[in-house]
Amino acid sequence: MSQHVISVKVENKFGVLARVAGLFSARGYNIDSLTVSTTEQENVSVMTIVARGDNRVIEQVKKQLNKLIDVIKVTDHSELETIERELALIKVTAPSSKRPEIYQLVEIFNAEIADISHKTMTIGVKGVPGKIENFIELLRPYGIKELLRTGRISLQKL
Amino acid sequence: MKISGAEIIVKSLIKENVEIMFGYPGGVVIPIFHQIFNAPFKFILSSHEQGAIHAADGYARASGKTGVVIATSGPGATNLVTGIATAHMDSIPLVIFTGQVSREMIGNDAFQEVDVTGITRPITKHNYLVQDIKDLARIIKEAFHIASTGRPGPVVIDVPVDISNSQYKFEYPEEIHIRGYKPVYQGHPVQIRRACRLIESAKKPVVYAGGGVVISGAHEELRKFVKKTGIPITTTLLGLGIYPETDPLSLEMLGMHGTYYANQAVFESDLLIAVGARFDDRVTGKISAFIPDAKVIHIDIDPASVSKNVLVDVPIVGDCKNILKEINKIIKAPHIDQWVKKINDLKKSHPLTYENTKGRIKPQYVVEEIYRLTKGDAIICTEVGQNQMWAAQFYKYTKPRTFISSGGLGTMGYGFPAAIGAQLAKPKKKVIDIAGDGSIQMNLQELIVAVQHRLPIIIAILNNGFLGMVRQWQQLFYDKRYSHTCINFAPDFAGVAEAYGAIGITIKEHDEVVPALEKALSVKDRPILLDFHVAKEENVYPMVPAGKSIKDTIMRELA
Ligand SMILES: Cc1ncc(C[n+]2csc(CCOP(=O)(O)OP(=O)(O)O)c2C)c(N)n1
Repeated sequence: MSQHVISVKVENKFGVLARVAGLFSARGYNIDSLTVSTTEQENVSVMTIVARGDNRVIEQVKKQLNKLIDVIKVTDHSELETIERELALIKVTAPSSKRPEIYQLVEIFNAEIADISHKTMTIGVKGVPGKIENFIELLRPYGIKELLRTGRISLQKL
Repeated sequence: MKISGAEIIVKSLIKENVEIMFGYPGGVVIPIFHQIFNAPFKFILSSHEQGAIHAADGYARASGKTGVVIATSGPGATNLVTGIATAHMDSIPLVIFTGQVSREMIGNDAFQEVDVTGITRPITKHNYLVQDIKDLARIIKEAFHIASTGRPGPVVIDVPVDISNSQYKFEYPEEIHIRGYKPVYQGHPVQIRRACRLIESAKKPVVYAGGGVVISGAHEELRKFVKKTGIPITTTLLGLGIYPETDPLSLEMLGMHGTYYANQAVFESDLLIAVGARFDDRVTGKISAFIPDAKVIHIDIDPASVSKNVLVDVPIVGDCKNILKEINKIIKAPHIDQWVKKINDLKKSHPLTYENTKGRIKPQYVVEEIYRLTKGDAIICTEVGQNQMWAAQFYKYTKPRTFISSGGLGTMGYGFPAAIGAQLAKPKKKVIDIAGDGSIQMNLQELIVAVQHRLPIIIAILNNGFLGMVRQWQQLFYDKRYSHTCINFAPDFAGVAEAYGAIGITIKEHDEVVPALEKALSVKDRPILLDFHVAKEENVYPMVPAGKSIKDTIMRELA
């Protein structure tokens, strides 16, 4: 089992998301993250799908994706040099005694304090997925009340 | 000049040279039927939407053209689902129109509303919900193109009633451009040369060819290839007829109920040349023990079929016909006399056979006599189960598009409506549905369609009083507990046929088989149902027991 980042260029039409997602769900396959984005081209969207599975199954899914009429191109970014970004919003328990430590972390990670209340702070952080994971791990001891990640977007370097 | 959406649909069908449309009316498709009324093509009204779509599928398989179907929203559309899936599994080109509630009602649980594109998404090659009348003509053009090219399949067009009723100018596009859909037809020359080298140096090669050869119309090229190389050939169920089974190099069908020699040859082969076949589990048996020593060449138009079940050494993606043509230009025959001799010995030692008795009629005997009396020139349709396998085994197919059967989905109730479609496509051919007493009940209501159109289709029921294929499994693997497979309370089928205005004959004695068939073959103006009361617990052999290797093909009951 390995993680795959599949970038799917599709016609920007209704129903395409269901077709793409259906290929995964029909095989009992969990999608770790999925983003859909408009692009520089009108009528073209890109879906970035992060999924885990054995290589043969992923190979098959990629071929099936290619067969969809509304899919223009499929690339496996796990095999290429890419630039990846992701955004997370984290609501963490933050009594006043702990706040200085949390501020420090926020600074180190170039994160942003998006909201603050008596008991909590909500922090936004962006970057490569690994950085976000690290940040989350460091915040975990304070007590994470809510966590959301956008899922990654991935762009081929060349 | 503006015309209605309904008229645009009919005009588009005329542009596509549609000869026959199959279907059933209902509320939201009345505007379309209003236009069909005066259309120059034939309309065949079924008794059940499933009958309409299987008929369109049988028409497509017999003619090579695209089948066209229409049904209303809600239950009309859901009644099509089995037929859509059947066509999808066997790569049959269909364009299916379903009515939909008007656009402003969609999502409101309106009367007879179902999410047709949602339901059919995984069982179509593509589907459309028409949301703007401006797109209608282009969508129809695309649908016919997508259904019939590349690896064919069914395409659904869901048409809201207000689209049918609104007005727009009619311009049928001459050309279309779908950037995400560009099937590859030419094989890669490097791959073709690699394949030729492998073939020329093989010691124990076998050709394994399937329905893709039928679709591509590559049977002549395939025959030439076999003639040039002398390589023995086996076909899948859907490939029956692409190579004459009467030829010494034919090993006939392989797989779960394939011949012993086909299965052994494939198992022992050192090179398997797969042409338009997809390594279905009914063919391969236990996949890890399928071809332990063979390299694989796989010629197929669908890249997703390549290396799906079996790892392929030389994939050649493209159209079988083009690729075989290229191969035939350069291929030299391998030295395989020993191998061919060995296979011929296997054929002699393990023939396809059964014990013919003068007592109870043997189902295989009925099929053999059908073959003999039609001189192999009929179109055979089948239901599903033992009847299907005996029809495949004991009738020798020599021409493509003469064996019509639901392979991938195994749909009981397919054969008879498909026979109606086949007979409409080929009015001069004798069309025979080889049926089981279970399956025939699933769409027997379509008999009235055959009577109405005076189609002389023969229904040959191999009536064993059981859901035979399931009973066979229960006998062999479930301690003979025949749980709900005994159906010896069937109606008098001949009487039912007569009630519909067809001819019905019941045959209980061995010696009545031939006269009944002769009588049936002489009828020209109505369907004939022959109810053959056959041996009850006859089994289909050879057989690869489920989960076993094809090398463990058994020839009879194990003690
Ligand atoms: C629609 C559908 N339901 C159930 C099955 C499962 N099934 C496969 S073969 C079979 C028995 C068929 O019985 P019959 O038509 O009498 O044919 P026989 O095997 O006796 O020739 C059944 C129930 C099926 N293939 N299709």
